[in-house]
Amino acid sequence: MSGHSTYEPKTGFERWLDTRLPIVRLGWDSIVDYPTPKNLNYWWTFGGILAVCLVIQIATGIVLAMHYVPHVDYAFSSVERIMRDVNYGWLVRYMHSNGASMFFIAVYIHMFRGLYYGSYKAPREVLWILGFIIYLLMMATAFMGYVLPWGQMSFHGAVVITNLFGALPLVGEAITTWLWGGFAVDNATLNRFFSLHFLLPFMIAGVVGLHIWALHVPGNNNPIGVNVKSKADTVPFHPYYTVKDGFAIVLFLILFATFLFFNPNALGHPDNYIPANPLVTPAHIVPEWYFLPFYAILRAVPDKLGGVLLMFGAIAVLFVLPWLDTSKVRSMRYRPTGKLYFLIFALACIVLGYCGGQLPDDKVIPGLSTFILIDADLNSFVWLSRLATLYYFAYFLVVLPILGLTETPTAQPESISTPVLSHPAGLPAGAVAAPEKKG
Amino acid sequence: MADTVVGENPDPHAAGEDPNRRDFIHIAAGAAAVGAVGVMAWPFIDQMNPSADTLALASVEFDLSKVALGQQVTIKWRGKPLFIRKRTDKEIAAAVADDTASMPDPQADEARHKPGKAEWMILIGACTHLGCVPTFAGGDYGGWFCPCHGSHYDTSGRIRRGPAPTNLPVPDYEFLSDTKVKVG
Ligand code: FES
Repeated sequence: MSGHSTYEPKTGFERWLDTRLPIVRLGWDSIVDYPTPKNLNYWWTFGGILAVCLVIQIATGIVLAMHYVPHVDYAFSSVERIMRDVNYGWLVRYMHSNGASMFFIAVYIHMFRGLYYGSYKAPREVLWILGFIIYLLMMATAFMGYVLPWGQMSFHGAVVITNLFGALPLVGEAITTWLWGGFAVDNATLNRFFSLHFLLPFMIAGVVGLHIWALHVPGNNNPIGVNVKSKADTVPFHPYYTVKDGFAIVLFLILFATFLFFNPNALGHPDNYIPANPLVTPAHIVPEWYFLPFYAILRAVPDKLGGVLLMFGAIAVLFVLPWLDTSKVRSMRYRPTGKLYFLIFALACIVLGYCGGQLPDDKVIPGLSTFILIDADLNSFVWLSRLATLYYFAYFLVVLPILGLTETPTAQPESISTPVLSHPAGLPAGAVAAPEKKG
Repeated sequence: MADTVVGENPDPHAAGEDPNRRDFIHIAAGAAAVGAVGVMAWPFIDQMNPSADTLALASVEFDLSKVALGQQVTIKWRGKPLFIRKRTDKEIAAAVADDTASMPDPQADEARHKPGKAEWMILIGACTHLGCVPTFAGGDYGGWFCPCHGSHYDTSGRIRRGPAPTNLPVPDYEFLSDTKVKVG
């Protein structure tokens, strides 16, 4: 899909520029004339939404950095000053903190979209891996950003997460000391987190560039997972998907604004409005909601190193997913059994997220005591997390490798156009199908 | 190659002189560049390690008369909480009685306090799991309880149950007098 260019410079200046820096051509080929499968549904709008999220975070972040002071004695009060005294500081900071949550909502939907429609399969493996590099960078950025207000959750969250590296044998302690720049999370830690929190979003932007590049080589996957066969299967990106993405972005911003203006602290934790105190840990320490599934996996394992390894393994397994799924059929639409396992997987992720926010020894069904299995009552969140963790890994390591070889997929359409054109009376289908008649 | 006339071929990679000399220069130059980058990387890595002023953090002296029997005072030392607990006879007895019990990181109570000062338990108050601060007198063993992931420590600061792998560490300290202790 790449390679040919339909850009024709119209003015003398454009011609002059095109032979020197063909940047208008690049933009034209990537967002105007880029041939896009004509059957993309709304799950495909999250790429555009994520780009908007990144821009919002960088713009608001740069403003916040103008007023924030990265020092243990001033960090908390400088954030409060932003909230109370800086003109519109409350707005910019709430945009930034809620924006992070919105960013993760969108990225999770984007990831599950890719999982369901097999967007990680050949020839899109590199695209998928770049996506997960972005996700890792996002997690690092979000974690360090959460430390900056230097509240109780900030501080003790930083202690717990940096101590994860201490679980590594031999080098663990040296690594945590190196990360802290001292013998505990302290001013040196806060300072470097601020520096890196400022840097990483620009690295994300760079990898996003690669991600889009890797997307534009094979072109978009689509809901039926069948390759684009002819020009009849595509429409130009503009205006068809600029408008569709634009509409989805508006809906998404409405959701964003709902949080921002009506309940800006709904996704935060009240303990972070208490200044950091290294001598007292909050009774119930939890990470931000978007890390809860991984936190549940960490706590599911009674062994420190084992828990840490399993938690990182939960992300590592996604990097090799393109080689674990043996099915030749991309879209779960044509994999009735696979679809079922996928739905349970999505459920397991939500269950893990829920468990991550609960106390491990609390009961799932109140008032019911079953029996102690190994170290905890079976009716406890720790056991529920263990079951969900087991399924999480089994889905990637057992279900997808084996199911691809054993299941019988249902018939896939010949091409993207076939199901659309086979509905002669379908008015909406005809409307969508109109542009390809030109070609 | 050996009989190629010097200067006959303008392509430098197929030049007439002994090709091994050129290869050697390529490899040597490449290795020097890699080595130089490697050497310059170290200062950028090491700058994140504790700085001289952090390393020079003074030791603390503490007046023990501030701690009542059966109570604990938490002070900050090297950025971490330090527990100074004056144990009751009952708590000492419980710890000694458990010396033989099975635990993840077995250690006798005697080895965790200064000789003849069994009432003074001085520990670094960072859970050995992931560093939260355990709460005083909580948990099933009456020592400390870490709320983060449920580690139970006994009155000697030994891990008894939960994900923490080792006992609460005992820092270096000495008694300057009966009521004064110097940590670090
Ligand atoms: S930090 Fe204490 S139990 Fe995890």
